[in-house]
Amino acid sequence: MRNNLLCAFGLAIAFLASGCSDSKTNKRLPHIGNHSTTEKVVDGKTVIDTNYYQVPEFRFLNQDSVYISSADFADKIYITNFFFTHCPSICPTMQRNLLQVYEKYKDDNRVAFLSHSIDFKYDSPSVLKSYADKLGVTNQQWQFVTGEKKDIYGIADHYYVYTKEDESAPGGYDHQGYLVLIDGQRHIRGAYDGTNDEQVKQLFEDLAILLEENK
Amino acid sequence: MINRAHTLSIISILFSVLMIVFSCQPNVSIETAQYAVNGQKLYVTHCQNCHGAKGEGLGNLYPPLTDTNFLNQNRDKLACIVKNGLSGSIEVSGKIYDTEMPGIPELTPVDIAYILTYVTTSFGNSTTTYTQEEVKKSLGECL
Ligand code: HEC
Repeated sequence: MRNNLLCAFGLAIAFLASGCSDSKTNKRLPHIGNHSTTEKVVDGKTVIDTNYYQVPEFRFLNQDSVYISSADFADKIYITNFFFTHCPSICPTMQRNLLQVYEKYKDDNRVAFLSHSIDFKYDSPSVLKSYADKLGVTNQQWQFVTGEKKDIYGIADHYYVYTKEDESAPGGYDHQGYLVLIDGQRHIRGAYDGTNDEQVKQLFEDLAILLEENK
Repeated sequence: MINRAHTLSIISILFSVLMIVFSCQPNVSIETAQYAVNGQKLYVTHCQNCHGAKGEGLGNLYPPLTDTNFLNQNRDKLACIVKNGLSGSIEVSGKIYDTEMPGIPELTPVDIAYILTYVTTSFGNSTTTYTQEEVKKSLGECL
């Protein structure tokens, strides 16, 4: 009787443990955006390749007045957003939350951060530099970039983030506070409202899952 | 008769609960507490983005609102800061800040009184209401 109980207990624990590890390794983040598939024949068998939506290549001027491009983010997971230094509304909260992620992954070269300024008139590289310093960004892992209006607003569309120059909005620009999670192939894997604590918590969890996938 | 005794006992219970609640904040009047409650709502809308939910500020960009010395020494300037903004270099909690704070001109004197009562009693160590009269007087003397 006693042995039976022990045995059942042991089994239950083994079951629970396997359940746990399963759910951990199996959890994968979705790919956001339209997919297309191509069929090809390999060794006489037809296989289907999925082509996930990919953010196009880009090139912008950073806080040190140096051009950086998508090549600098190749094989890195990065979190990107749209803001401006004079933004009185959602940006400070969004940047305060992104700063927490930065601090957790500081010096982890697998992870990078990319903030685009949508105030192409005021936010010159030196303004961005001063902002980054004051925010507490001390290395190159977090890039702050500016560019031509059409390029910045254009790339925002590709990340599915709404941005618009709008005189009636606080500070003159209207935009969403999304933190967008991108994998090493520039596929969009998640988008989180950077002003919502619950969603920021989810970002922390999803980033850990994505890092596992890249191993 | 029974009903009456019932009502009386409920009233006395309520009264003692209220007594306990207020004795926890021995120095804050009901008016001050009310101002602070209203002020918190306005704070969330107009100030929290930059200054944080606990008035902690953000890096060297936005100063904290928890420096009691600063708040006490500049008490008569606070209304002007809220209404007209602030720029130039200032020292708060031992750090230098130099970022522009935009003014919020649409706030009325009573809104400002609510907000400053909340800030000075919750983050600072004040125990009194930042009154509308105080706001109006300060606004008359803005630089
Ligand atoms: C857009 C961001 C922003 C918003 C919104 C904002 N502030 Fe500020 N605040 C600042 C900055 C930046 C400074 C420092 C200004 C300087 O360096 O001269 C400051 C300074 C202050 C100071 C003086 C220094 C200190 O920390 O005690 C007070 C008081 C203050 N703000 C209160 C408020 C209140 C109350 C509100 C809401 C009604 C508010 N602020 C909204 C950015 C902001």
